[in-house]
Amino acid sequence: MPHNETKTILLKGGRVLNPATGCDQVMDVLIEGEQIKALGEDIPASQAETVIQLTPDQWVTPGLVDIHVHFRDPGRPDKETTASGAAAAVAGGFTSVCIMPNTTPTIDDLATLEYVNQAAKTQTKINIHAVAAATKNLAGEELTEIGSLYENGAVAFTDDGHCLMNANLMRLALEYATMFNAPVVCHAEDMNLSKEGCMNEGYYSTLLGLPGIPNIAESVIVGRDIELARMTGGHVHFAHVSTRESVDLIRRAKAEGVKVSGETTPHYLTLTDAEIQRYDTHFKMNPPLRSESDRQALIEGLLDGTIEAIATDHAPHTPDEKALEFDKAPNGVVGLETSLGVVLTHLVHTGVLTPLKMVEVMSTRPAQLMRIPAGVLEPGARADITVIDPKAEWEVDPTQFKSKSRNTPFKGMPLKGRPEMVFAAGECLLDASNRLKQPSLL
Amino acid sequence: MTIETPVATPQPVWTRRHVIDSMSLTIPEVEEVLHTAKTFSEVLSRPIKKVPTLRGKVIANMFYENSTRTRTSFELAGKYLSADTINFSVSTSSVKKGESLIDTAQTLLAMGTDALVIRHSSSGICKQLAEFFGERLCILNAGDGRHDHPTQGLLDLYSIRERIPEIQGKRIVIVGDVAHSRVARSNIHLLHLFGADVHVVAPATLMPIGIERLGCTVHHHLDEALEGADVVMCLRLQLERQKSGLIPSLGEYHHLYAITQERLKRLCKPDVLIMHPGPMNRGVEIASDVADDPTLSIITNQVTSGVAIRMALLYLVLSTPTERGDAIDAA
Repeated sequence: MPHNETKTILLKGGRVLNPATGCDQVMDVLIEGEQIKALGEDIPASQAETVIQLTPDQWVTPGLVDIHVHFRDPGRPDKETTASGAAAAVAGGFTSVCIMPNTTPTIDDLATLEYVNQAAKTQTKINIHAVAAATKNLAGEELTEIGSLYENGAVAFTDDGHCLMNANLMRLALEYATMFNAPVVCHAEDMNLSKEGCMNEGYYSTLLGLPGIPNIAESVIVGRDIELARMTGGHVHFAHVSTRESVDLIRRAKAEGVKVSGETTPHYLTLTDAEIQRYDTHFKMNPPLRSESDRQALIEGLLDGTIEAIATDHAPHTPDEKALEFDKAPNGVVGLETSLGVVLTHLVHTGVLTPLKMVEVMSTRPAQLMRIPAGVLEPGARADITVIDPKAEWEVDPTQFKSKSRNTPFKGMPLKGRPEMVFAAGECLLDASNRLKQPSLL
Repeated sequence: MTIETPVATPQPVWTRRHVIDSMSLTIPEVEEVLHTAKTFSEVLSRPIKKVPTLRGKVIANMFYENSTRTRTSFELAGKYLSADTINFSVSTSSVKKGESLIDTAQTLLAMGTDALVIRHSSSGICKQLAEFFGERLCILNAGDGRHDHPTQGLLDLYSIRERIPEIQGKRIVIVGDVAHSRVARSNIHLLHLFGADVHVVAPATLMPIGIERLGCTVHHHLDEALEGADVVMCLRLQLERQKSGLIPSLGEYHHLYAITQERLKRLCKPDVLIMHPGPMNRGVEIASDVADDPTLSIITNQVTSGVAIRMALLYLVLSTPTERGDAIDAA
């Protein structure tokens, strides 16, 4: 990993995309130490020890933010660790991530929170924020010490993967978390409706003979939690939204002023249940890949602001675990190292999202939703910056992943666009073309 | 009506090493299977039921789910062809890892096994194994989850065509738990392929979404479906469906969906054929006097056809077209 000895770095001549100010123009960005010192149209090269000459074809963006990842630390270092997860994040252009609490033990008390905070501090320069459990051991029975966990850095609360089936407990969690202005993240799944399902319920589940999970397994909980958010005034954030019905409900609730938000993932935006015809477990996750109609609804939701964030739900599993019968294999796919390429290739280069909108949903807005200090380029901000080469062509090769796991549905997919450089607190953690080692031509 | 096979000797087209599903089979392939089965069915009526066709081949039956007739049928089919057959019966109670299933298959392959016959509760397992082994090992699907049971679909088609040589446009009604039935899916694919007018009937709680896209008409009322039927195929009702709340009671199921003489006489063609893949719940989905009616029921013919169909498939996957051509020339 290249190490930056210099104190000041000037990123010169790139296309700066800064959704916080609506900026989309060629500008220079001056980094001093851990912070951004200045943004300007023509900052003299003399002001920096190192000058990195970019072109308008290279995008300078706030470091990408992924608010939904599983780093398996503590508990499953064979799948991922804080260090390997952070390395995968950097390789994907991310400088801030929110980790989910379904570790072993779960992040449900101060001791485990302290452990992950320390791991983050000592193993990586990127920002790792814990989303702590809403109930002890994710058991859906007693609330965790939400106040203390919040004071010690937990940014939000969730029983991710174990949807709170008890509506009263969800109400209590929401009322309690709202005292600290912390969102409650909802993995919306009515367990009675999803039962033993292992893929989307529809034509393909019938064709393949696999038990289905209907769309309403998600949307009835979205509906329920919208009502709870309305009643409590709390902020419910819906994780990995996958259905048209959920998008419609969230859109209506937002129009009515209810404090709800939603994220979706690169795979729900680009793949459908038609992909499962070879029973490849790399296409198995929860919620499942849905229909083309749902995929279109998610894109519409992204465009009209109903869906405010793209998160990966990065969920590492070992090859042995994934090499099971389709109904018995664990849910989840990794996503940190393919997210940017997939979104650029299938949504930006196809004209669905503008580059500025992409940065908004992959950095600025998700940071705001989780109230974390990231997603903006401005003097005084932490110098978390991603330089994107939107034209670089590459093919997804899981053996090259920094993540310890390989379970991607995008294996072999040709993509266009990747991170070129990543700075976290001013330190260069990724330098794909060795720009720091080459003497500046200025 | 002729009882002879209606097909002329079909052009040999079979090149598959696996029998994974019904949907991907083509008409010429199916015709070749049925024709080959017809040829082998003659062996079954001999006093010494044995031909040397697969001498020296090893067939392993791996049954991860209970089965009597399919396993026995495959085993006898192999034996009648002089192959060595071995049986694996694995308890369904413990969760079996796919990896260990692959390991088991690897072990059998290393010992010289040529073909694996697999019955498993997980849909898609045969496809996964076939992708893993490629040409090295023949995989025959003896029923995977709710997905497919191609040998059953083929033997049902064979049994129908013995009585109704041209099934194009014939009204064939499949009654019962379509949602959980691989037999229903196999039959819908194959009967639809040959132009039959396929109808399925089940309570809404046992009817899977989108099944009509496989090529059938959906009903929830039995009388409506049986109107003018040429063939009625009953599906086994797993008795645990009541416990999982999918049907209120066996009594109500019988009342609404049982195949009885009264219904058949009132609604179907006079020479309607009755089929059941077995094992039957007499008095639940089918009345005994229907199952045992020698003029209507072809249920035991299905069992006999099953052996011939499995002999045909084992022969086709375990021999090359050249070998088969030589065999025909020698004959």
